[in-house]
Amino acid sequence: MSIYTPHTKGDIKEMFEALNISSLDDLYSMVPKGVLLDKLDLPEGVSQADAEIEIKKMAGKNHIYSAYLRGNGSYYHYIPAVVRKMAERSEFVTAYTPYQAELNQGILQSIFEYQTMICDITGMDISNASHYDGATASAEAILMCSDKKRNKVILAPFVNDDTKVVFRTYLNSMEIIEAPSKDGKVDLAGLSALLENDVACFYLEQPSAIGIIEQAKEIGELVHSVGAKFIIKSYPIALGLIANPRDCGADIATAEGQSLGLPMAFGGPYLGIMATTKAMQRKLPGRIVGQTVDSRGDKAYVLTLQAREQHIRREKASSNICSNEALCALITSMYLATMGPEGLNKVAKICVNNAHYLQKELEKVGLKRKYDVEFFNEFVTTSDVLANKILNKLDQNDILGGVMLNDFDILWCATEMVSKNDIEKTAKLVGEVLC
Amino acid sequence: MKYLSSHEWLKQNGNLAKIGISAFAAEELGDIVFVDLPEVGDEVIANETFAEIESVKAVSEVNSPVSGTVVAVNEAVVDSPESVNEDALEAWFIEVEVTEVSDKLLTEDEYQASIE
Repeated sequence: MSIYTPHTKGDIKEMFEALNISSLDDLYSMVPKGVLLDKLDLPEGVSQADAEIEIKKMAGKNHIYSAYLRGNGSYYHYIPAVVRKMAERSEFVTAYTPYQAELNQGILQSIFEYQTMICDITGMDISNASHYDGATASAEAILMCSDKKRNKVILAPFVNDDTKVVFRTYLNSMEIIEAPSKDGKVDLAGLSALLENDVACFYLEQPSAIGIIEQAKEIGELVHSVGAKFIIKSYPIALGLIANPRDCGADIATAEGQSLGLPMAFGGPYLGIMATTKAMQRKLPGRIVGQTVDSRGDKAYVLTLQAREQHIRREKASSNICSNEALCALITSMYLATMGPEGLNKVAKICVNNAHYLQKELEKVGLKRKYDVEFFNEFVTTSDVLANKILNKLDQNDILGGVMLNDFDILWCATEMVSKNDIEKTAKLVGEVLC
Repeated sequence: MKYLSSHEWLKQNGNLAKIGISAFAAEELGDIVFVDLPEVGDEVIANETFAEIESVKAVSEVNSPVSGTVVAVNEAVVDSPESVNEDALEAWFIEVEVTEVSDKLLTEDEYQASIE
């Protein structure tokens, strides 16, 4: 089947004859002439060459650094060539998420395989076809846990700022409490004091928004002791190395899928990963693809558990999402299939090693860590010198340093895209600023 | 046996009562795939929704013919929702210790007449 279906002159003539019209304008004959525009208020077009020159000039204003040392929710990871090439296929790029879903078995199979891989990496029983991004997926996970008797959500102290903004929009019908921190981690005693029978859930980011590995298992036990649910939002690359949400007792696992083969792209499109246990499957929002057999006994794919969704449940649905990030989910599946469990484990290890090496080299030149606890590939430094001074020095030398958290604290990140040279050059420059 | 016009039946036994849905309702709903019931100890209120039934393409509310406290939940219906389609009059959902009975109850004859 061809990938582009044009209207030939013959097709158009046939359609005009069937409709008894002589031009396309006749289709708008019922629109009052007074409201029709005779021309759009747009500038004159330019040639392709001139357009390209102008756009290149605009793009040229971006500073493409030689090294990136920041994360904070969006990460610079390597995207394998096969993933980039496959993602360009027009069948994938141009297709919208299907509504006559069962007619397109191919796309349903790809979503089913995506869901399977998500369950593999999170350890959960069931995944949806994806949500808009990690922040909205996490907000909807919190909403899954609320009911008449439980309307409080406790957030871990270190949550990504952009995610918190989304929470304020989605969760305005719930009471939001922040757990206290101790030495850069969730304060377990403080959390215990907040856990009561009206708490719907506790939300944890693992690693936390400042890169620290939290005591997820212990937190899970505390949370469950009052009958509340435990939500863990993971950094997907870390799942190649650290204990998965299921093993830490999570009831719902969410994640931002950007680090799995999606470019940083100025903030989007990203991918909301959501998976849960069998016990909570009927509360999971979004589309879910199931595998079954058709009337001939052949394997077939369908959209399933539809009684969750708003087109059936109407105002009683817990979410109004009826879409998914199909292309992004597909790209993530390609990335996971390309890397495999061993590849993901390798990438995670390189990220950890690079970040720890960066941390040690910075410490050697006098830039100390703020919290002396185990971290994955992000960590916070603090200094007497203004963070701005340090970051400006790096910027002048073509290095994008960490994110400024306040006047003196910086959140650094290292992925597999950072080289030993980059790290040593960074440490040298930082050392010059601190002297 | 008494009924609500919204197709729930009531079997009273002293101050206890069992509640289910009528054969007519089960037939109209089609294959039932999930029943969402309250827990033992929960309060139910006469004429108000206490449970939800899911068939493949629809969700329906189940209303209570009595007020009171739930003393038993029928796990068999939760495990095998299709048993409601098999024998709706035997497939009870909850047993309640009754404090008040709905004033909108129909007799068996009145209910049969209403669904004709």
